[in-house]
Amino acid sequence: MKTVEEIKTAIETAVSGAQLEIVPNGSPSAEHSLLVDAAHAFAAAKFLRDDAELKLDFLSNVTGVDWLDKETTEKVKVTRPVEKEVNGVKTMVDETVEETKKTVTPGYLEAVYHLYSMAKKHGPVILRMRTGNRSDKVELPSLTPIWRAAEFQEREVFDLFGIIFTGHPDLRRILMWDGFKDYPMRRDYVDPDDYEYEPTAHDDVLKRAQAHLAATTTEAAQ
Amino acid sequence: MSESLLEAWNRPPTIEVDGEGELLEVAMGPHHPSTHGVFRMDVVLDGERVIKLKPVFGYLHRNHEQIGQTVGYLQMMPYTDRLDYFCSLTNNWAYALAVEKLVGQAVPERAEYIRVILAELTRIQNHASTIGFLTQEMGASGTPLMYAFREREKILDLFESLTGSRMMCNYMRFGGCRVDMTEAHLNAARKIVTGLPRFIDEFENLLTSNEILMARSQGMGVLKPDLAVNAGITGPMLRASGVNYDIRKVDHYGIYDRFSFRVPLGEHGDIYDRYMVRVLEMRESLKILEQALKDIPAGPFIDPKAKIRGFKPKPGEAYGRIEAPKGELGFYLISDGGTSPYRFRIRPPSFINLTVLEDMCIGQNVADVVVVFGSVDIVLGEVDR
Amino acid sequence: MGLGERSFDVAVDPELKIELGKQGIFVTTIQELYNWGRKSSVWPMQFGLACCAIEMIATTMARYDLARFGAEVFRPSPRQADLMIVSGTVTKKMAPQVVRLYNQMAEPRYVIAMGACAISGGPFKQGYNVLKGIDRYIPVDVHIPGCPPRPEALLQAFMTLQKKIDEQSLTGENRPRYLNVDAPGEFPVPEQGEHDLVPASNPNVWTVPVVIR
Repeated sequence: MKTVEEIKTAIETAVSGAQLEIVPNGSPSAEHSLLVDAAHAFAAAKFLRDDAELKLDFLSNVTGVDWLDKETTEKVKVTRPVEKEVNGVKTMVDETVEETKKTVTPGYLEAVYHLYSMAKKHGPVILRMRTGNRSDKVELPSLTPIWRAAEFQEREVFDLFGIIFTGHPDLRRILMWDGFKDYPMRRDYVDPDDYEYEPTAHDDVLKRAQAHLAATTTEAAQ
Repeated sequence: MSESLLEAWNRPPTIEVDGEGELLEVAMGPHHPSTHGVFRMDVVLDGERVIKLKPVFGYLHRNHEQIGQTVGYLQMMPYTDRLDYFCSLTNNWAYALAVEKLVGQAVPERAEYIRVILAELTRIQNHASTIGFLTQEMGASGTPLMYAFREREKILDLFESLTGSRMMCNYMRFGGCRVDMTEAHLNAARKIVTGLPRFIDEFENLLTSNEILMARSQGMGVLKPDLAVNAGITGPMLRASGVNYDIRKVDHYGIYDRFSFRVPLGEHGDIYDRYMVRVLEMRESLKILEQALKDIPAGPFIDPKAKIRGFKPKPGEAYGRIEAPKGELGFYLISDGGTSPYRFRIRPPSFINLTVLEDMCIGQNVADVVVVFGSVDIVLGEVDR
Repeated sequence: MGLGERSFDVAVDPELKIELGKQGIFVTTIQELYNWGRKSSVWPMQFGLACCAIEMIATTMARYDLARFGAEVFRPSPRQADLMIVSGTVTKKMAPQVVRLYNQMAEPRYVIAMGACAISGGPFKQGYNVLKGIDRYIPVDVHIPGCPPRPEALLQAFMTLQKKIDEQSLTGENRPRYLNVDAPGEFPVPEQGEHDLVPASNPNVWTVPVVIR
């Protein structure tokens, strides 16, 4: 099978304007993936399915990943003029000061597709798409028209992560009930507070159980 | 995206409703004796004929993926038992394989043999029980299921003496197995394997040319191979449609290269073919078992250098998959260098195999829906996770 | 026969009863006859939720043979069943249906909570969609720990339930719910809210257990 680099060039020649990026995988499995921009993802996926050499006719796995906003603090050495008294005379002297600098990388939701070929018996090719952010730009093109296998799996990603797949024929909640409001697999989701007691509690569970118990007992006392 | 592209998706067929009278909407499930648990199908009927069928999931959504992201890697092993609760050992293997891929862990030869032996025994008991449930759907209330459970108990006794639990084995470890399979266990397995052909013969005498089974299953619930591939169907259901894709042969995981066995394929993709493929797969599994039990070498059952305490894989990701009795079972792990995975995803075969349930049921009688459904072979623990 | 202090033992001397039996005269009370009849033919509901349901099926099969206790007739309809075996994890999506099924069962009815999940949520307790025990909404008669409990454990629970039925008194303070006009016959079905089930528990059935250390 072609390497990831070769597949990248093949897609770039076949789909004009497609912006692809190789996402390296640091683990020994060395399954690197292809990040494709949402605008050209549908055409790129169609090419991967129909290309005579690749023939990735089997979409095995669709999943979502939630990447939170990342705040990185780094210490930067800055040289700036500082007023100093040298021999009784005030002069400006350049001095190197260490400063902490905070940068916030905005988070995003990611959809990951694992493709195999049943005809050629090779794979996997891993395709990724990323949303603009985690709040309002959460739309990605649905690949259900290309692989029917994505039908339920994209619904599941919508249900649990809140990625809206445009062009999905039947995008509804699948695992949670219809009136449910949250996206429970997001990293910042807070579960309903129903840990009243826990005989063998520890760590976070113990904290929650104690907080809940304190809240309920004061309610009862009133 | 243009409308024409959307139109091209492999949508379920629609049928014209002729005549007068109202359409009837029936919710089959979540409490229905033939749904194998808590599954629901919203069926629209024109008389007896199915016009539309929408599966409703989530009645057993137990949040495996969320729990997998909060507990440690090894702590997740017992949870995998409870996915497809008929086949805990193959679930263990798939998860161990994914983690081994993530950290680059090798498995000693004896452990590989033990894994093959246990996985094939699991496959036999799963297929036998599935056929038992399938025939129960057709009205054979009990006999084949009782026979299947009789054999299953024998296999479960071996699992229990080896792992300590009948169903929830929690046996595989990253880089091997938890305890060694002693000579006594191997002899018990050999005894089971010698007894099984007789059981399969008896089963086949009862069913293969049974008139009711043939009438209810031949030509029913047909799945075309191109749709099966496009919809990501795997396992016996895919092979019954004639597509030769067995991950044991394709991925060469474990040591399956060393055994000679064939991949049974169906011709028509109907319920009868699915039944027949499962029967033949049981016989092929017996072949693998005979070879594995003969050749199993001495040696360590777990890599002595395998890291158990302070297990923290380097940042990266891995997708490990095996041919579980129900189809392709995969685990997708993303590590951020911590003690628990950043993302833990299960690729459940029986959930994705249900994608085409509507296609197979449309136009059939409502009584056949339960038979088509039974032939898919699902376990709700895995469908809803 | 249980050896509890029942009205019959008080009414008729046990030795006299044996003596009468030798003469071909059978003496009993309505209560004893009634409870004996009910406990010997409990019809469970054919209702499986998760892993434990497989062990429940195994219990009904040839090896463990639940029929020995007069309970092999699994009824698909709740209207015909006496016993609900909650065999497995109850999720928040399923909980309203379980309560509704319980409401549809005819009195006298009993509940066995089979396995860790049905008791408390078990290993899945920390899940956002898992109900932390079915006894938050309906009264449970017998709890079986285990994950899953072995078939023998289900048989033990069954015998415990039979003993419980046998000891029920038809009159007085401790009479069963269905003989008490004031006791509730129907249990409120929780609704699926925007974030959780509403209400989170039925206060008439369940209160927060006090952990004494």
